[in-house]
Amino acid sequence: MFQFLLRRLIVALLVAATVMVLAFVLTRLSGDLATSIAGANATAADIEAIRKAYGLDRPVITQFFDWVGRAVTGDLGESYFFKARVASLIGERMPVTLTLGLTGLVIALVVSLPLGILAAVRENTGLDRFVQMVALLGQAMPSFWLGLLLMITFGLQLGWLPISGTGSWQNYVMPGVVLAFSAIPALTRLTRAGMIQAMGSDYIRTARAKGLSRASILLKHALRNAAIPVVAIAAVQLGFMLGGSIVIEQVFALHGVGFLAWESIAKNDFPVVQAVVLVLAVIYVALTMLADLMNAVLDPRLRSA
Amino acid sequence: MSALLEIEQLEVTFGGRTHRSTAAVRGASLAVERGETHCLVGESGCGKSVTALAVMNLLARGGERRARRLSFQGDDLLKLDDGGMARLRGNAMAMIFQEPMTSLNPAYTVGSQMTEVLRRHKRASQRVATDRAADLLARVGITAPGLRLGQFPHQLSGGLRQRVMIAMALMCDPQLLVADEPTTALDVTVQAQILRLLAQLQRDLGLGLLLITHDLGIVARVAHRVSVMYAGEVVESAATSELFANPCHPYTQGLLRCVPVPGKIRRDQPLGSIPGTVPRVGPGFEGCAFRERCSFADATCAHTIPRRNAGATHDYLCRLPA
Repeated sequence: MFQFLLRRLIVALLVAATVMVLAFVLTRLSGDLATSIAGANATAADIEAIRKAYGLDRPVITQFFDWVGRAVTGDLGESYFFKARVASLIGERMPVTLTLGLTGLVIALVVSLPLGILAAVRENTGLDRFVQMVALLGQAMPSFWLGLLLMITFGLQLGWLPISGTGSWQNYVMPGVVLAFSAIPALTRLTRAGMIQAMGSDYIRTARAKGLSRASILLKHALRNAAIPVVAIAAVQLGFMLGGSIVIEQVFALHGVGFLAWESIAKNDFPVVQAVVLVLAVIYVALTMLADLMNAVLDPRLRSA
Repeated sequence: MSALLEIEQLEVTFGGRTHRSTAAVRGASLAVERGETHCLVGESGCGKSVTALAVMNLLARGGERRARRLSFQGDDLLKLDDGGMARLRGNAMAMIFQEPMTSLNPAYTVGSQMTEVLRRHKRASQRVATDRAADLLARVGITAPGLRLGQFPHQLSGGLRQRVMIAMALMCDPQLLVADEPTTALDVTVQAQILRLLAQLQRDLGLGLLLITHDLGIVARVAHRVSVMYAGEVVESAATSELFANPCHPYTQGLLRCVPVPGKIRRDQPLGSIPGTVPRVGPGFEGCAFRERCSFADATCAHTIPRRNAGATHDYLCRLPA
């Protein structure tokens, strides 16, 4: 178990290092930073001054290790536009994004687990096909478009829910549903496939031979095994949701990390862009590790591997 | 008093009643008395396992059972709904399977899987159930039962898992144990151990044991009574010594010729075999299903075959006289 964790941790660190390189290189590849910060009307002298002030005149390698060195101590630099510490900018907005992501995940699980189980129990019936078709539709629907549809229906026409802002829990309902929609198809299909496989297994026949109740057979014996891949994918989906919230936060004007990323990209505030990419990547890696851990809890065979 | 388990004219079909459906069991009858080991023998695909699953109402999806009579301890099993059947299974009638490696749930400990049976059927406390599970593990020859209770199936060998399955089946003191080729998947040495264990438990606990096997060596050692199945029918049924001494059905005779008996077989004499395979029999099949592989077959074998008696408790399904 300890070795298993250690191996996972090493992989996680490697991924984080790779992401740092990519985030740094990609922002440099978007053009000369000093020129774009200075704007269209800047003189050559202005650009040179900006380059010096932000330390962009130094060799790229030096800049990179300077940034990495600070980042590992938690110092993500200063925003060019907000004139504030990047770490506190992200810190202020993270609760909104995490709330949104978790809301999305909870809605997705609450919908897809029962749907997947139902489809599996009624395999190859009309209900099963209906569930699969809903999953297909969900997969095909762009999230910003669904967001706008919901806003028009429940925000404007029915007036049940607020269409923008972060004032109350109601602000998270529609964006949460939209985010959930992107995860529901995969989770439903996975639950269905896992349940069908589990229900056809020898240990379920044993459970039936033991005279256990239908609830115990389905929820204790089958779901426990079917849930193993679902947990892994759910954690990865939460990572996607946090990343995907860049679009959704924009649509619903939620001032989270995604919104911050959007603004910073538009304003060439590259320390913020780099930091957001890094933070989201680290969260993603942490979630993947969490998924592995939960798998080990659910599947005793992994613990000794 | 009626037998512990009575099966009369059991039919099991798969795939509905269309022309593509398969008749896995066609009018099989047999009875298991209290405290008796009844062996059900036959080659692969003859309907042995399906018969057992039909009794337990554990047929796979698409399987349909019908019978003139299917009773356990005098109660009609056909009249029971799913809930009623579930209250009997694991309780008064238990079953163990051919695949010890996959028959236990990988996600739960041995202890948790054993105790839930007693908790479900006898409303026992966890403490009582754990004690009972430990006792039974010791009884089936597992050393350090306390340790094993806390282990997961993947930490146990195939032989140990089958012992656990047997112990689990005995949790509620069943009257009937159905064992579907319980030793097939195990090493030869382990096979002998498990078989000895089953025979001993059957004697000590007075179990009715329906033991499914294709191994006539096993039959000779443990069975009180034997039913030979072929293509979904019981073609011969007799007390064990009677069957081995006086097999009446050509198929039984063929099966017995396939078994090497030390001292009775000469070194240069080829071991017997039955040519061909079990035919796939659809609904509406008539006559003897063995006729295409039988050296005694003639035109009359295509018609309905009478069941003949060769003794008070010995009958067979063939037109040939005993």
